[in-house]
Amino acid sequence: MADTRDITLTVNGESHTATAETRTSLGDFLRHTIGLTGTHMGCEHGVCGACTVLLDGEAVRSCLMLAVQANGHEVTTIEGLANADGTLSPLQEAFWEHHGLQCGFCTPGMLTSLTAFLRDHPDADEKEIREAISGNICRCTGYQGIVNAALDAAKTMQEG
Amino acid sequence: MGVRYIGAEVQRMEDPRLITGHGRYVDDITLEGMLHAAFLRASHAHAKIRAIDTSRAAALPGVHRVFTHVDLGPQYSHRMNQLYPAPVIEQDRTQYPLAKDEVCYVGEAVAVVVADSRAIAEDAVALIDVDYEVLPAVVNVMTALDDGAPLAHADMNSNLMGRMRSQFGDIEDAFAKADHVFSAAFMQHRGGCHSMETRGCIGRDDPWGDGLTLWTSAQSPYLIRRALGKWLDEPEERVRVIAPDVGGGFGPKAGFYPEEIVIPLVARFMERPVKWIEDRREHFMSTTTQRDQHWDLEVACTSEGKILGLRGKITHENGAFVPYGILLPNSSLTPLPGAYSIPAIDVGVDIVFTNTVPNSPVRGAGRPNGIYAVERMIQTVSRELGIAPDEVRRRNYVRPDQMPYETGATLRGGVPCVYDSGNYEALLDKVLELADYNDFPARQAAARAEGRYLGIGISSCIEDTGMGPYEGTTVRVEASGKVAVRTGAASQGQGHHTMIAMIVAEQVGVSPEDILFESADTAKFSHGVGTIGSRVAANVGPSAFDAATQVREKALKLAAEVLEASEADLDIEDGVVRVNGAPDLSITLGELAVQLSPPSAMRVPAGFDPLLEATSFDGSSGSPIACGSNVAEVEVDPATGEVRVLRYSVAHDCGVMINPIVVKGQIEGGVVHGIGNALFERMIYDDQGQPLTTNYGEYLLPLASEMPRIDITHMETPSPLNSLGVKGAGEGGTIPAAAAVVAAIENALEDFGVEIDYYPVDPQYLTELIDKGAAEAAE
Amino acid sequence: MKPAPFTYHDPTTADEAVALLAQHEDSKVLAGGQSLMPMLNMRFVVPDHVIDLNGIEGIAGIRDARDTLEIGAMTRQRDLMRDGTIAEKAPIIPGALNWVGHFQTRNRGTIGGSLCHLDPAAELPCLMAAYDATLTVQGPDGARAVPFAEWPLAYMMPSIGPDEILTAVSVPCWSGNVGHGFVEYARRHGDFAIVAVAALLAVEGGKISRAAISLGGVDVRPLRLDAAEAALVGEAPGADTFRAAAELARGIDAMSDAYVSSEYRQRLAATLTERALNAAANNLNGSA
Ligand SMILES: Cc1cc2nc3c(=O)[nH]c(=O)nc-3n(C[C@@H](O)[C@H](O)[C@H](O)COP(=O)(O)OP(=O)(O)OC[C@H]3O[C@@H](n4cnc5c(N)ncnc54)[C@H](O)[C@@H]3O)c2cc1C
Ligand code: FES
Ligand code: FES
Repeated sequence: MADTRDITLTVNGESHTATAETRTSLGDFLRHTIGLTGTHMGCEHGVCGACTVLLDGEAVRSCLMLAVQANGHEVTTIEGLANADGTLSPLQEAFWEHHGLQCGFCTPGMLTSLTAFLRDHPDADEKEIREAISGNICRCTGYQGIVNAALDAAKTMQEG
Repeated sequence: MGVRYIGAEVQRMEDPRLITGHGRYVDDITLEGMLHAAFLRASHAHAKIRAIDTSRAAALPGVHRVFTHVDLGPQYSHRMNQLYPAPVIEQDRTQYPLAKDEVCYVGEAVAVVVADSRAIAEDAVALIDVDYEVLPAVVNVMTALDDGAPLAHADMNSNLMGRMRSQFGDIEDAFAKADHVFSAAFMQHRGGCHSMETRGCIGRDDPWGDGLTLWTSAQSPYLIRRALGKWLDEPEERVRVIAPDVGGGFGPKAGFYPEEIVIPLVARFMERPVKWIEDRREHFMSTTTQRDQHWDLEVACTSEGKILGLRGKITHENGAFVPYGILLPNSSLTPLPGAYSIPAIDVGVDIVFTNTVPNSPVRGAGRPNGIYAVERMIQTVSRELGIAPDEVRRRNYVRPDQMPYETGATLRGGVPCVYDSGNYEALLDKVLELADYNDFPARQAAARAEGRYLGIGISSCIEDTGMGPYEGTTVRVEASGKVAVRTGAASQGQGHHTMIAMIVAEQVGVSPEDILFESADTAKFSHGVGTIGSRVAANVGPSAFDAATQVREKALKLAAEVLEASEADLDIEDGVVRVNGAPDLSITLGELAVQLSPPSAMRVPAGFDPLLEATSFDGSSGSPIACGSNVAEVEVDPATGEVRVLRYSVAHDCGVMINPIVVKGQIEGGVVHGIGNALFERMIYDDQGQPLTTNYGEYLLPLASEMPRIDITHMETPSPLNSLGVKGAGEGGTIPAAAAVVAAIENALEDFGVEIDYYPVDPQYLTELIDKGAAEAAE
Repeated sequence: MKPAPFTYHDPTTADEAVALLAQHEDSKVLAGGQSLMPMLNMRFVVPDHVIDLNGIEGIAGIRDARDTLEIGAMTRQRDLMRDGTIAEKAPIIPGALNWVGHFQTRNRGTIGGSLCHLDPAAELPCLMAAYDATLTVQGPDGARAVPFAEWPLAYMMPSIGPDEILTAVSVPCWSGNVGHGFVEYARRHGDFAIVAVAALLAVEGGKISRAAISLGGVDVRPLRLDAAEAALVGEAPGADTFRAAAELARGIDAMSDAYVSSEYRQRLAATLTERALNAAANNLNGSA
């Protein structure tokens, strides 16, 4: 018999309870059990970063965690990054303004990663930002729009 | 005329969805009763299949069925169609959707499991037993044509797929007249697709309703519809193919894959929707890639560095099958004179089967290879004759007064290649200025004083874009006043929605937000071609412009009648038609649409049909030729062989830019892809044909941390070949990049006499060249 | 790419974990998951049981026991980087961790996981070799201490039984006028190194009194450059001395694989050793 567990976790401020096979990754659980498909699976071996979510505020690979390990924790996905009133966060705004995405597949990982990184490193410069997203592969943009967006968002966040 | 959008930096309409996590990619779609598939793939590069036992797999709880070639039934037992037949293909070979009795590359689909979940399907795949008789595999393209080389297919008598040649001018005369003849041989390796979204599809069959529907992560839904209809021997009108949001394409998603037959077919058999999402390991093994091309060239030139002729041979690795005709080798030949007027060319290509995944174009197709080859020969001439690299280029460029310039080569479809417009030397001047090229010797000397090795490299390119024949658009004003726009062109992130909305909004007189955009669904638009080869802007652009213009004219004509004004006095702004000088007289576009489509028993205004709609297939009357010059500045650490690209400058001309933000993004992404080719991406097979680099720790994609800032400047020489003056921009960043980076590395290591004959340039190889050079210098 | 089925266990004590391991033959311990999960997803490992250590009390955290750092095996790499005591007493560790994957993987990855995974090019084993750290392993019969030199048995095979877990690492810090240098070469930021070098130097009265040079990526296990260390002791720190010592690295037996030759590894070993020693000499005085 498949090994399953009941899992309760908070996603984007909302509590969810569901049964999952213990071998299910957190990423697959978010996407297919809860139906939040904004998190993307690009490699399922920890390198591309598309699946990055915030676990208790820290950026982690959701393909390298079992859903059962998130039991009792708080998860934030791309769907939960906007401000409480539904307006875009400064980082989302900046991605839009600076053409920080093309196909949008890497975008959830870029946004979650940079949200955590800029919170911890509000003064980050270009080199630091590039290192911070070295664990997030983008095949489309050449990274420049993303880096520009992050630099701009950092500025906005500091002014705001 | 209302607000102008063309040329404005408009933020993309696609983005709000995507930055909030509300995209809709194939794997985001869940259908009622949907099952999940996983494929068993060949584990040998070449083997006979003696027997397949699926009984253990089929018995696993949660498994619905397992299919092999025979299980698909006699009606579905034929090979896939050749998408692009061509006379030069001497031995054509496409694969069976599920291998029949022979597998010819690791990753070839052998069986498919349909189960309640993907995880269970994978459990079952592990339980399928295949009895293989392993056959010798041919892997090295350079020895594949030798006598006694293993054969890629057991029933063939050679590994030659075909030969082709680009030949024009008097090549014998050119070499006879030349003051100098120089030669160079080099290998070019370009990697795979690596769109961040892998391939994937969902099939659903509803025989009493919608027929067969395929959602697939693809660049050319219409091509798939046609091919699938043909393969099934069913009318393509009963096949609907939808490309939803697609997470990158880059060429390999432009074809038609076995899974795109198998998944809809098994959905039909199961009478339930079936989903298959390629995992990353499958992507490495079964999505087409570009790989090796060996070039052996000779250049004839005068003492002044004027090139008279180019001749030689290419050996092109084709992989095991020919899914895609000769597109790739052909596109390696067509750019051959590059940005230069070279009077005579004779270059042939041997297209060679190997037991590796079939190949297909990857961003730029063969163009980066062709341009790299020409640029290498320019560098060779520069080095051998001691003439500065920019100067050799100046002496050879096609000049503006030669435009339109017929190179002598032929493009796909047999049409002559004609450079329509552009000023290549001016573009070089622009990029040299942007790159502070003239100050480079000072930078280099200062760095050398600290023991650091800097180098600079130039590369110029042309790019044939906008390949025909068409990509149509329908524009229709709806009763709400919103404007529905439909086209066949699928987007994989290029921002088609925004671009087309800008064109239509400007023409019709609404805001881009009023455009309801739908694309890449064969049920929504009659026919389309596909998003490949930087062709969309130069095809959809004009058709959208034309359809929108027709709608505008129709609206103005009707409004003139309704408002009793002269058409010449009317203008449309923000969806309202107004009479100039009479601010009270107006009617909205929505009201006009309603007037045209009255309820029963009412009359449609005379001289009109009931829709405020037009469809156009206007495109470009030839291939607009974009061009660019790039400068790479690198630092090489001779101790480790590490290369860092410090700075990268681009001067680019893709004609009129519809949305400069998007053009910039295309170039930046393209350049990074090209730098990846030059320095990082390498798909390695062992000599048994086992792919070794099947994860992102081993296959090195370019990361933000190693990539330079890219400075871009533009020229806008309108193309005379279409109504908007646009040229394609999707690949112009990639095409020249490898040549610029490699030239820069050689420049940095001039002291060691380093000549690079292979890319991607890896550090170990570079240290070997450095040591060799140092040893020779010491002698 | 989904893991094969397994039974998941989440013990809350080390004893419980060890008991589960003893009870279930084909089981795998899950720490940060940054190496194990990819292998599970790719089905390179297909255990029947997965024993998750993340809920175990008392095996995470950093304790300063005079001049020895006691680090719990489940301490996240992120926490090693943020810890004030480590920054003060062994600043080479947070610096080197910058090279370990990416900040997202360090948020989960643990020191114990890295030492048990024992990738030949991994930074943490290379550092522990330099420090002659001692590892504490707990099994059914209690705890035992393993000096790092005896930890790697073979390629990616630590000296740990199937029913044991690593619980802690003791790192004896260097005191006095100490300098440290960590240098590696990887193709891209966050990749496993091709070669990594950790160097520690102590200087007394203008002469090197103690040296440790540890190389990652050249052999199946971290390699201490004993000859070079011995050659340095008694010498004054200086570029020529370092170059001569580093040249000894060129003669090591280095492995080769499909991507990298042994000659290239030797070249990197020499180059990077010299750079690491120079870096160490540059931050002598107080900063240690
Ligand atoms: C993209 C990426 C890049 C990376 N780059 C680097 C890099 O540059 N350098 C580097 O060193 N690492 C790198 N790693 C791996 C590193 O992140 C891992 O953290 C580390 O290798 C394993 O630690 P873990 O805690 O994640 O262990 P896990 O993955 O959970 O476990 C690893 C192995 O150790 C065993 N194990 C773990 N803990 C214990 C214990 N306490 N007792 C007994 N056995 C145990 C497990 O059973 C398993 O076999 C990278 C990983 C990724 C995904
Ligand atoms: S899907 Fe998790 S890192 Fe790629
Ligand atoms: S936008 Fe396509 S992968 Fe980043």
